[in-house]
Parts: sequence; structure tokens; C-alpha cells
Amino acid sequence: MSEAAVPAVVRIEKVTKTFAQGNVTALQDIDLELAPGEFVSLIGPSGCGKSTLLRVIGDLVEPTSGTVTVNGKSARQARNDGDYGIVFQDAVLFEWRTVAKNIALPLEMLGWDRARRRQRVEEMLDLVELSAFANHHPWQLSGGMQQRVAIARALAFEPALLLMDEPFGALDEMTRERLNLELLSIWEKAGSTVVFVTHSISEAVFLSTRVVVMSPRPGRIAGVVEIDLPYPRTVETREEPRFFELVTEVRELLRKRGEHLLPEEEQLLEDAS
Amino acid sequence: MVLAALVGLWELYRWVWTSAGWTWPFRVDDTSMPHVWRIAKAFAEPAQVNQPALITVLLHKTLFTAKEAAAGFGLGAVVGFALGVVLVHSRLLQRGFLPYIVGSQTIPILAIAPMVVVWVNPKLPGSLQGWGAVAVIAAYLTFFPVAINTLRGLQSADPRALELMRTYAASRWTVLWKLRVPSSLPYVFSALRLAATASVVGAIIGELPSGIQSGLGGAILNFNQYYSLEPQELWATNVVAAALGIVFFVIVVAAEKIVVRRAPENVA
Repeated sequence: MSEAAVPAVVRIEKVTKTFAQGNVTALQDIDLELAPGEFVSLIGPSGCGKSTLLRVIGDLVEPTSGTVTVNGKSARQARNDGDYGIVFQDAVLFEWRTVAKNIALPLEMLGWDRARRRQRVEEMLDLVELSAFANHHPWQLSGGMQQRVAIARALAFEPALLLMDEPFGALDEMTRERLNLELLSIWEKAGSTVVFVTHSISEAVFLSTRVVVMSPRPGRIAGVVEIDLPYPRTVETREEPRFFELVTEVRELLRKRGEHLLPEEEQLLEDAS
Repeated sequence: MVLAALVGLWELYRWVWTSAGWTWPFRVDDTSMPHVWRIAKAFAEPAQVNQPALITVLLHKTLFTAKEAAAGFGLGAVVGFALGVVLVHSRLLQRGFLPYIVGSQTIPILAIAPMVVVWVNPKLPGSLQGWGAVAVIAAYLTFFPVAINTLRGLQSADPRALELMRTYAASRWTVLWKLRVPSSLPYVFSALRLAATASVVGAIIGELPSGIQSGLGGAILNFNQYYSLEPQELWATNVVAAALGIVFFVIVVAAEKIVVRRAPENVA
């Protein structure tokens, strides 16, 4: 074990989450460790618990059993200390605030003074290339631009960890690919650790250092694929043979798990034949 | 334009009904529907001998009623908003108090006005004597829509935004001021628009049992007694009362324009 040298940003040990309602096991015995600077994607079909896992890390959902450590602290402590930033599928911007004020929101919470806030907001606007829109209101921006504001807001206080829950899921393919590239360049500059939940295999492979493939009922880790494509990744990366190999590997993992049918589903198949 | 159309409609209706001799739904004559110009002329003439023109008298009374209504509106808005803020934080209080708040509005205002006057007046300092109680009655009509809509508005905060605030470990207070209150403003303002006119009605009605002569309510009561002789004077007073309500409404709408920053289609 090498944690002594490089302490994990996130350590998940034997985490299980059952929802009392409907007695669903969303997560079962999840073990996962994230090293600093990693970009880890969680991928899997609906109901595999990937979003729940992300929320467990962010202490928005409490695990039924097991422990989550973030930056060496409990997840609760880490949330209270502002150790992570989060981006949801929707930008969730406050429409009564301008773009600049939206980015400043977490900084206000941390009690930064005005001058310091303004300077950081300018840097963040620069990072996501929205400086010209500082005084616009969210409804005046496109969906992709709104999501960039959300990313800037999440990174404004320089959290060690960035949690992203299908952040580009609601965007069209073109915008999505452009934002993928932008996110990578932001990540390389900011140097934070990223947990990225997605439905898209190619998105996961393109972005990540590791892809964690999850399977449903109960939510488990089906396998982990190391993505050894070199950074910086570009538009051409998506056309490399190695990219396709890795996409195939992830797809196989997803499909293999799909073949493990539930008893009642096997029963249904037998009845049909 | 709309005003001209209304005047036209009024006179047309008069003309058709009187020339056809129709009596449904009521007989149209100079008493039931005085000519618009008679109402207009009434403003310029004194209502009683040795008095200034009606318009001057009415303006003074309007200012008096406006003072009552404005104080009542302010009081009701503050109380209503505070109630909404308290109720949003406790399901228990909501369940316990809401029925009574709703119930309070089913009591006719005329039924509680005398009690309010008796209760409130003795406690008021000299400068508030009389009209202060009317303001409380106006507030009674005002607080209700504000409380209900504030509650609804505070609850309308986006659940995902609430989750975002949780990731910042924001306190209840911070969530209230940075998220819930701004989310509630469109709701609060639509209630304030209702409340603006309700406060004027409340002030006018409140004057009746309070025996206050200096306001529009007193004037309406007075001109009611002379209606069969001088109908145009009551009509003139009604026009002024309506105008006062409209002024209140417009002020609220203007304030809303300044305060609420929203996507145009999202304004409630």
C-alpha cells in the first residue's frame, strides 16, 4: 500500500446503501480509492447507483454501512470544510444573480471579502472563457455556457475534489464534445481530482484516467479500466485505435454484467420459451 | 383609450336602455346611472354650501385613506412575510396554524372592525388615534395573501439548488436569505399586487364602523344617504376610490420591476 506517500483524496470502504423505500440495494460493498489529480468516471446503466455513489462521497446521501474518507476526513467533515465542488446535470444557477455573482456564491459563503471575490471571479471567468458575459443573467446564456458557469462556480474556491453528476447529459453532442475538451484543459490547469458520472462510454474513455464500470441490482463495481491514452487529449484522440480498444473494453464490461440476469428475469425467459 | 371606451360604453348602455325602456336588470335613469359629464361636473362643484369643490374635499379624504391603506399595507406585508418565513421552517406550525389563518379570512371584515377599534384605539398614541385602528383592519386583509404566497414562494426554491447549498454547508439562515427569499419574490409580489388593492378596500370599509369622517369611507357613507338626490357625488367618490386602488397597484408593479430580476417568462 502506498497511501503513506500519496494519501488518497477519496477512500471508499465497504460502502453499502439500501433505500428503505422499496428495499432497494443501490450500492453493495463498494471499495474505491482515488489518488490526487485523478479523473475517474463512473459509468453504468440507470439504477447502477453511480449517482448515489457520487452523493455518498459528497455526504448528500448517508451510506447504510461502510466508510467514506475525503482528504483524510469523514465525508461530513469534508462537506462542512468545503473540500469539494459539485456540478449537476443542470447548471442550477440562481437566475436573480448575474454570471459573476453566481460564481461568487460559494466565495460569499466562505466569507471572502469583496476584492478577493472579484479577483477570483475574474480568474474563473477567464478559465471558462466567459469574461464577456460577467454581467449577463443565466437565462441569456446557452445551455453549454450555463454549464461552464456551473463549473467555474464549483472550482472557484479551489476544492481538491470536483464531483460531476452527468454534467453534460442535457447538452447536444457537438456542445458536449467541445465541453469535454474544455473540461480537460480546466482540469489540467486546476489540478483537482475529478469524479465524473456519465452514461456515455466514449465520454468516459475520452476524459478519464480510470473508468469505473458499475452494474445494477445491486449496484456494484463490475470492473475498472485504466485509460492509458496520453494527455493532453485532442480531437484526434477519439480517432486513435487505442481509443476504440478502450471503448470496446468498457462496452464489453457493461455487456458482460448485463448477461447476469436476475432470477425473475431468467424465469421470464424460460416461461417465454 | 380604454377610459374613453368605458365612458362610451356607459353612455351607450344608458341611451339604449332609456330609449328602449328596458328595466332589466335595473331601471336606467339619472339616479341609477347619472351621465358621465354630471359625475365629472360634480368634482368641480361643492357638495355642500360653503365648502370647497368636491374634488378638493375628496383629495383630502383620499390622502387620509391612502395613509391608512399604506400603513395597513406595510403592516400586513411585514406580518404576512414574517408568518411565511416562520411557517416554511416548521411543518408542525404549518399544520397547526394554516387552518386558522385561512379561517381568519372567512370572517367578514365588518364583523371584526368594531372589535379592532375597541381593542386597538386605547393603546395608540395620540397621533395614531382613530386612523391607526383602520390601518390594522386594512392589514388584516393584506397579510393573508402575502403570508400564503410567501410560504409558497419560499417552498418553491429549486430542490437541486437546496442540495447545492448543502454542499456549501450553508446554515438555514444563509439558505433563507440567499436562496429561499430570492426564489419567493415573484410569488410575494403577485400577493402584494392583490394586497395593494385589498388594503384600500380594507381602509375604506374599516372607516365605516370606526366613525371616521375624514376618509373616503366616511364620504361614501355620507353620499349614500343623499344618493337619490345627488347620485353623481357617490359616483365621483367611487371613481376616486378606484383611482387610489390603481395607484397602489401601479406602485407595487413598479417596485416589482426594480426588485425582481427574472427571465421574462418566469415572472409569476
